[in-house]
Amino acid sequence: MPDLSINFAGIKSPNPFWLASAPPTNSGYQVMKAFDAGWGGAVWKTLGVPVVNVSSRYGSVNYRDKRMMGFNNIELISDRPLADNLREIEEVKKRFPNHAVIASLMVQSRQEWHDIVRQSQEAGADGIELNFGCPHGMCERGMGSAVGQEPDVLQTIVEWVMEVAKIPVIVKLTPNISDITEPAMAARRGGADAISLINTIQSIVGVDLDLFAPYPIVDGKGSNGGYCGPAVKPIALNMLKNCAQHPDVRLPISGIGGIETWRDAVEHILLGASSVQVCTAAMHYGFGIIREMTSGLEQYMTDKGFNTIYDFVGKALPNVLPWEDLNMKYKVTANIHEEKCIGCQLCYTACEDGAHQAIKLNAGTRVPEIIEANCVGCNLCSLVCPVEDCITMDRQDDGTAHLTWKERTEANDIPTEFNDEKAGGRHHWVPEPAAALGKEKHKTLPGKARQFEKITVTE
Amino acid sequence: MAEYPTPTSEQEFHANFAQLKPRMNSSEALFESSRCLFCFDAPCIQACPSGIDIPQFIRQINSGNDTGAARTIYEANYFGNACGKVCPTEVLCEGACVYNLQDVKPIEIGRLQSFATRKAIEEEKPLFTPGIPNGRKVAIIGAGPAGISCACELRALGYEVDVFEAKAQPSGLTVYGVAPYKITNEEVIAEMNYLQQQFGYSVTYNAPISSRADLQKLEEKYDAIFLGIGLGRTNALRLPGEERENCVGAVEFIEQLRMNHHATAVGRKVIVLGGGNTAMDAASESSRMGADSVILAYRRGKEDMGAYEFEYDLAKGVGVKGLFHVAPIEIVGNGKVEGVKFIRTALHEGQVQPVPGSEFIEPCDMVIKATGQAKQTQFLSLIPGLEVDGKGRIVADERTGQTTNPRYFTSGDARNGGAEVVNAAAEAKAAARGIHEYLKTRS
Ligand SMILES: Cc1cc2nc3c(=O)[nH]c(=O)nc-3n(C[C@H](O)[C@H](O)[C@H](O)COP(=O)(O)OP(=O)(O)OC[C@H]3O[C@@H](n4cnc5c(N)ncnc54)[C@H](O)[C@@H]3O)c2cc1C
Ligand SMILES: Cc1cc2nc3c(=O)[nH]c(=O)nc-3n(C[C@H](O)[C@H](O)[C@H](O)COP(=O)(O)O)c2cc1C
Ligand code: SF4
Ligand code: SF4
Ligand code: SF4
Repeated sequence: MPDLSINFAGIKSPNPFWLASAPPTNSGYQVMKAFDAGWGGAVWKTLGVPVVNVSSRYGSVNYRDKRMMGFNNIELISDRPLADNLREIEEVKKRFPNHAVIASLMVQSRQEWHDIVRQSQEAGADGIELNFGCPHGMCERGMGSAVGQEPDVLQTIVEWVMEVAKIPVIVKLTPNISDITEPAMAARRGGADAISLINTIQSIVGVDLDLFAPYPIVDGKGSNGGYCGPAVKPIALNMLKNCAQHPDVRLPISGIGGIETWRDAVEHILLGASSVQVCTAAMHYGFGIIREMTSGLEQYMTDKGFNTIYDFVGKALPNVLPWEDLNMKYKVTANIHEEKCIGCQLCYTACEDGAHQAIKLNAGTRVPEIIEANCVGCNLCSLVCPVEDCITMDRQDDGTAHLTWKERTEANDIPTEFNDEKAGGRHHWVPEPAAALGKEKHKTLPGKARQFEKITVTE
Repeated sequence: MAEYPTPTSEQEFHANFAQLKPRMNSSEALFESSRCLFCFDAPCIQACPSGIDIPQFIRQINSGNDTGAARTIYEANYFGNACGKVCPTEVLCEGACVYNLQDVKPIEIGRLQSFATRKAIEEEKPLFTPGIPNGRKVAIIGAGPAGISCACELRALGYEVDVFEAKAQPSGLTVYGVAPYKITNEEVIAEMNYLQQQFGYSVTYNAPISSRADLQKLEEKYDAIFLGIGLGRTNALRLPGEERENCVGAVEFIEQLRMNHHATAVGRKVIVLGGGNTAMDAASESSRMGADSVILAYRRGKEDMGAYEFEYDLAKGVGVKGLFHVAPIEIVGNGKVEGVKFIRTALHEGQVQPVPGSEFIEPCDMVIKATGQAKQTQFLSLIPGLEVDGKGRIVADERTGQTTNPRYFTSGDARNGGAEVVNAAAEAKAAARGIHEYLKTRS
C-alpha cells in the first residue's frame, strides 16, 4: 500500500486532500463530517473582520447538460462569530488530533493580525493560511486581493504574522495579477513557510437575458465575483508551474483550482503541489467524492510504483519548457482508424473550416481521409472525434533530428521579414478562395429544398 | 389470458394505449439534445424523407431556442409533431444516427422533434404567414397529410386554397388510421388547427368529390387541382363467409377504434389476416382492447412479412401469437364468425403453394382482414387523361407531382401506393412547388 500521508511545511496530514477555505469548512459540524468521510485536512472558512452577506451569492457556467463547469460567488469571509469558530476548531482538533486543521485569516491592522494568529494557535490549529486572494467585497476594504496584488504590502503583513506565529504559515495567492511569482517571492521574503494557489478569478459568469443583469442577481443587480470549478484548472496549473519552476520561490505549494477527481489532483502534484485543496467539487457533490479521490490516487501510485507523494511531486516540471526550446523536427500527422470511425465527419468539418483543409471526403463512404501532405499535425481532428482512439496522431519523423527556435535564432536561421522563404506556412497548400463558394449556401435552405434541382412541368 | 383488461372508460383506454413516444420534459430534452454530435452532412438528415435539418433543430433546443427549433422542423415538414410521433424512426433518422455504429443508443430524434413542435403549438407561436395573394386558386381533394401539406405550401406562395374532405376531420389516416398508442386524436387535431390558423386555407368537411359533375365544377373554378385522396377501403378477400358478422377490414376497424375508443367492440379471440404494418397494428390494438387471444396469421414465414421488425416486436410484446405458413380458405360460422378455415402452405419453386389435406379450423369470434387498401380507380377514371399504373397508383412526376392531366397534381399514398405520413408531407410540399412552377408561367 502506498503511503498517502504528507508533511506539508510541518503540517502533518493522513492524505494530501484538504478542503479549501470556503463554505464546506464553515463549521465544526462540516469539518468533522468531512474527516469522517476521509478528508485529510481542512482550511477553515476565513476568520477575521465582521461581515454581512447578500442573497443570492452564486452563479454557474453550465456546458450543455453539464452543470457547474465553472462556478462563481460574491460571498465574503465567515460571518459567524470568531469565538464560535475558535471553540469549534478546538473541538475538532481534540477529536481528530492527526488531521490537519488550518485557520484561514484576514484582518487589517498589525494588532488585529497578532491577536487573531495567537487565538488560532491557542485553539490548536496546525497551521495558518493568510487569505490574500478574495477578489470581491474584501478588497474594497483594503484586504484580500488588494493585498495579494501589492507584493510590498503582502510582505509587510507576512512579517507581522511571523512576529507571533509558532505554527507554519501559508500565504494564499490571488490569480488576479499578471505575474503570480511576484507575490510568491514577496511571501518568501516575508518569511512564510508555504504558499497556496489559486484563489478565485474575477469574473462574470453570465448575464440574464430577460433581466439584463449579471449572475448572481441581487435585487435586479449583480457584481463581479470569483470564478472557480473545473473550468479554472488550466489557469491554476499554469500558475502553479510558474511558482514551482521559479528559482527564487522555493516554497512548498498547496495546489488549488478545479480539482474534482484524483486525476486533477495528480496533475497538480506533478506540477509541484504537495498538498491539494478542493472547494467547488465538494460543494457540488458533497464530501463523499473523497472516496474516489483517495482510491484513485492509491491505485495510480501502486501502478506507477510510487511509495510516497514525494516520489512524484513536480515530476512533470522538467518537461515544461519555454516554447522556444521545443523540437521543431518532431512531426506527427493524423491517422483515422477506419474500423472505429462512426462517420460523423466532425473531423472533416473541423479541419476544413477550423484548421488546414487536410481532410477530404470520398464518394460511397462516410469515413473521411487524411491528406497527409496538408496535415500540420495540430491535433484538432483527434480532439473533436467522439470515438476514443479513433484518430491517433502518429509520429512521422525518425526521432534523430532535433532543432529548436532558440537554436535557429542562435544560428541566425529564422525568418525575419514579411514573405520570408523560411516562414513556416510558405509552401503549405491552401485552396483558392473562390473554391469555397457554393459549399455552404444550400444548407441554409429548409428540408428537401436543399436537394431541389430545377423543376420541370408540362405546359 | 388477456394481457390487458378491456377498457371501459376513456381513462382506461388511454392507460392501455399509453403513448410509445411520450412527451419529453425540458430536462429530458436538455440531456438528449446535449448528446447530439452535430454531425457534418448528418446521416439522420439524409435518412429523413422530408430532409429536416435535425442537428440544427437539436442545437436550437439545446441552446434554449425551442421556437427556432419548431421553425426549422415546420419549414421542412408541416406534420412536424405528427411525424415526430408516428414516423418509423427506427428505420429512418434514428436508424441512421451515427451512434448506432458505436453501439450507443441513437438520439431520440422523434421525441425531440415533438418536444419543440408541441411547445410551439401549445403556445400558439406564429411561424408562418400566407404569401402575398397572387390571384390564383387551387382546389385540394382530401385533407390528409398530402392535402394539408400542399395547402400550407401553396398558401405560403400566395394561392387561394380550398380543401374538400369526405370525412369530418382533417389529417387523413393520421387521425383515422395510425395506432392510438402512437399519437392521440387531440394532438393531431391541435397541429391541424395550428397550421390552418397560420395559413388560412379553407376546408369543407363531409364533402366527398365523387362524380364527374363535382370534378367539372372544380376544373371550372380552379387553376389547378391536387389529388390528396390516399387509398381506399380494405381489399376484399373473396373468400366464402367473408360477409359474416365480425369479419371486418383493418382500416375500418382502426377507424372505429380511433373515433370511438373504448366503445369499439372487439372479440374475445381475434384472428388478424396479413403480414404488413397494418396487420401488426390491428393485432396490437385488439390485444390492448382486452381480447383474450390474438393470432396473427400469415401465408409465408415470419421473416417474409412486410412489416418492420420493430412493429412485429411491438405486437409480440402485447401477447400477439404468430401463425405462419397458413392461408385462409373460408370464414366459418353461423351468421357470426366462429372460426377461420386455413390450409397450410409450403414454398414450391419460389411460390407459396397450399399443402393438400392440411386444412384445419382455428376457432375465433372476430376476423380482421389486413390485406391491403384498395385503390380509388373508379373515382380516378372520372378525370380525363389521368393515367394509373398496373398497381392502381396515379402516374405522376415524383418531384412535381404533375399527373398525365397537366392541371391535376398528386402525391402521398395515391401516388406512392402507400407509404408513411412523412412521405406524403414531403412529397406534397414539393408538389406545391410543382403547381407553382406550372401556374406562374401561365397568364
Ligand atoms: C392502419 C394504418 C396505420 C398507419 N400507421 C402509420 C404510422 O404509424 N406512421 C406513418 O408514418 N404512417 C402510417 N400509416 C400510413 C399513413 O397514414 C399514410 O401514408 C398517410 O396518411 C398518407 O397520406 P395521404 O394524405 O396520402 O392519404 P390519407 O391519409 O389517406 O388522406 C386522404 C384523405 O382524402 C380523403 N379523401 C379521399 N377521397 C376523397 C374524395 N373523393 N373526396 C374528398 N376527400 C377524399 C380521405 O377521407 C382522407 O382524409 C398508416 C396507414 C394505415 C392504413
Ligand atoms: C488556436 C488559437 C489561436 C489563437 N490565435 C490568436 C491570434 O492570433 N490573435 C488573437 O488576438 N487571439 C488569438 N487567439 C485567442 C482568441 O481570439 C480568443 O481570444 C480566445 O480563444 C478566447 O475565446 P474562446 O473562449 O471563444 O476560445 C487564439 C485562440 C486559439 C484557440
Ligand atoms: S471524427 Fe472520428 S468518428 Fe467522426 S468521421 Fe472523423 S474519424 Fe470518424
Ligand atoms: S491534425 Fe490538424 S491539420 Fe492534420 S488533419 Fe487533423 S485537423 Fe487537419
Ligand atoms: S446522426 Fe445522430 S448524432 Fe449525428 S447529427 Fe444526427 S442525431 Fe445528431
